[in-house]
Amino acid sequence: MNIKENIKTLVIKKPLKLDCGKTINNFPLAYETYGSLNKNKDNAILVFHALTGDQFVTGINPVTKKDGWWSYAVGPNKSIDTNKYFVICANVIGGCMGSFGPSHKNPDTNKIYGTDFPVITINDMVNAQVNLLDHFEIKKLFSVVGGSMGGMQVLQFISNYPDKANTVVPIACTSNHSAQNIAFNELGRQAIASDHNWSHGKYLSNNTLPDKGLSVARMAAHITYLSKKGLQEKFGRKLQERDALKFGFDADFQIESYLRYQGSVFVDRFDANSYLYITRAMDYFDLVKQFDGNLSNAFKKTKAKFFIISFTSDWLYPTQENKDIVIALNAIGADVGFVEIKSDKGHDSFLLDVPDFLKTLKNFLDKSYSER
Amino acid sequence: MKTEYKIIVDLIEEKTRVLDVGCDDGTLMESLKKDKNVDARGIEISKDKVQICVSKGLTVIEGNAELDLKQFPNDSFDYVVLGQTLQAFINPEIVIKELLRVGKKAIITIPNFGHWKVRLNLLIKGTMPITESLPNDWYNTPNIHMCTIKDFVKFSKIINFKIFKSLALTNKNISNITNSNLFYKNLFAELGIFLIEK
Repeated sequence: MNIKENIKTLVIKKPLKLDCGKTINNFPLAYETYGSLNKNKDNAILVFHALTGDQFVTGINPVTKKDGWWSYAVGPNKSIDTNKYFVICANVIGGCMGSFGPSHKNPDTNKIYGTDFPVITINDMVNAQVNLLDHFEIKKLFSVVGGSMGGMQVLQFISNYPDKANTVVPIACTSNHSAQNIAFNELGRQAIASDHNWSHGKYLSNNTLPDKGLSVARMAAHITYLSKKGLQEKFGRKLQERDALKFGFDADFQIESYLRYQGSVFVDRFDANSYLYITRAMDYFDLVKQFDGNLSNAFKKTKAKFFIISFTSDWLYPTQENKDIVIALNAIGADVGFVEIKSDKGHDSFLLDVPDFLKTLKNFLDKSYSER
Repeated sequence: MKTEYKIIVDLIEEKTRVLDVGCDDGTLMESLKKDKNVDARGIEISKDKVQICVSKGLTVIEGNAELDLKQFPNDSFDYVVLGQTLQAFINPEIVIKELLRVGKKAIITIPNFGHWKVRLNLLIKGTMPITESLPNDWYNTPNIHMCTIKDFVKFSKIINFKIFKSLALTNKNISNITNSNLFYKNLFAELGIFLIEK
């Protein structure tokens, strides 16, 4: 299968100065759209994906042949109703679903970038994606929406482009990574780096893949996306296709088997170097520091309407970190609503079938759209 | 709409900024938006009620007045409304001071514990009063700091805030509370409504 056939790409000609100091131009940005843009071009929603997401938000992902990562929330009559809205989502730069990333060839050396790819930031990702507005001739988006790292991009976007969205919906996110967040990401990166096949990032040239390392990274991260209660209810101490412990190191427990499976399917669709680059971007994200310690200043120039959503069992980006954004917005009299949704599904709640969340998101968007 | 809400809407000037603390399902905020073109915000502790407010297109944050008023700067609203919840706070003094810090004015309504039915209930039955507006038993009531209209007036002198306007609601009739009729209003009004300032 030729992956490229299914990927729409916009080549960004305009030079983009990255936070690391390097400038890139003529680079590809892969994107997908759902629904149709209306005459006034005022029904567009830019969705930002999370760490391991891509531009294929809903429907069947043509590359993985699985459901899009936000199929619960995006589609006809769903929370982000594609009968009504024009949904755009781009693969982040640094990613591995067609956008400019470490698995691309460096035109200067004709070698795959690997870890010679410039370190990118959330700011760089957003500054690359804003080009999509020009491409579709959209002056102002109806909304910017995203969860987790997608939420960070939402916050960065409205801070960089205060007049470019009417509504702003950051979900289960934070204005900067905590030490714990950085620690978990570092664990993942070290798992990859300690896989011999990683070869200091040159595995694609060597025709090897650090599958072991990447799958361990995914396993560790996956635990952080779930809640203790959720895990306990789903798996408890149940054994995997056996009646008794085997006194060995096979996957005796269902949870072990589940994590191994999650790790193994992940390596089929994700690039290890992209994992390093994107987790780095998340760790570097600090909107508070960007505005000299005052988060409110990030939002001073915008008149957009904010709606912030967190989840009770999310311990990766807990409610308090989401609420800090609400507080910063209230401190400048911004239009901000906030709700914490009750769910046992942990950080992953925003991706799953959590009816209260899906209903609330829909209500906010549809009501704001009809009153715009 | 409840008579209480109508009175509050009448007290609020057009095109002002209003924070409704404990905004419930947003009924008051809706009519403030519609009738007075008000820029209305709400705080509500119940997740379900916040979700109802969102479905009505209202700007509401889930939160608790005792913890979450802090985040608003001084004088960020023209009015802050606190409907029938003062008695549920651990420290009503701090709450009133916060309301008057965040808002230039505050509107506070209180279920009157001095009402004759409440008094009679305790006098005759000898148990904690249960009435239509105070339906809970002593052990499960959220109302830990009940007060009477007279208590509230007294409180204004103790913690030093001005009562700009005080109204009594008796059988859906609205009347002014004055120094001379305070005894009667405290006996017959179900609800006291106060517009206060620093």
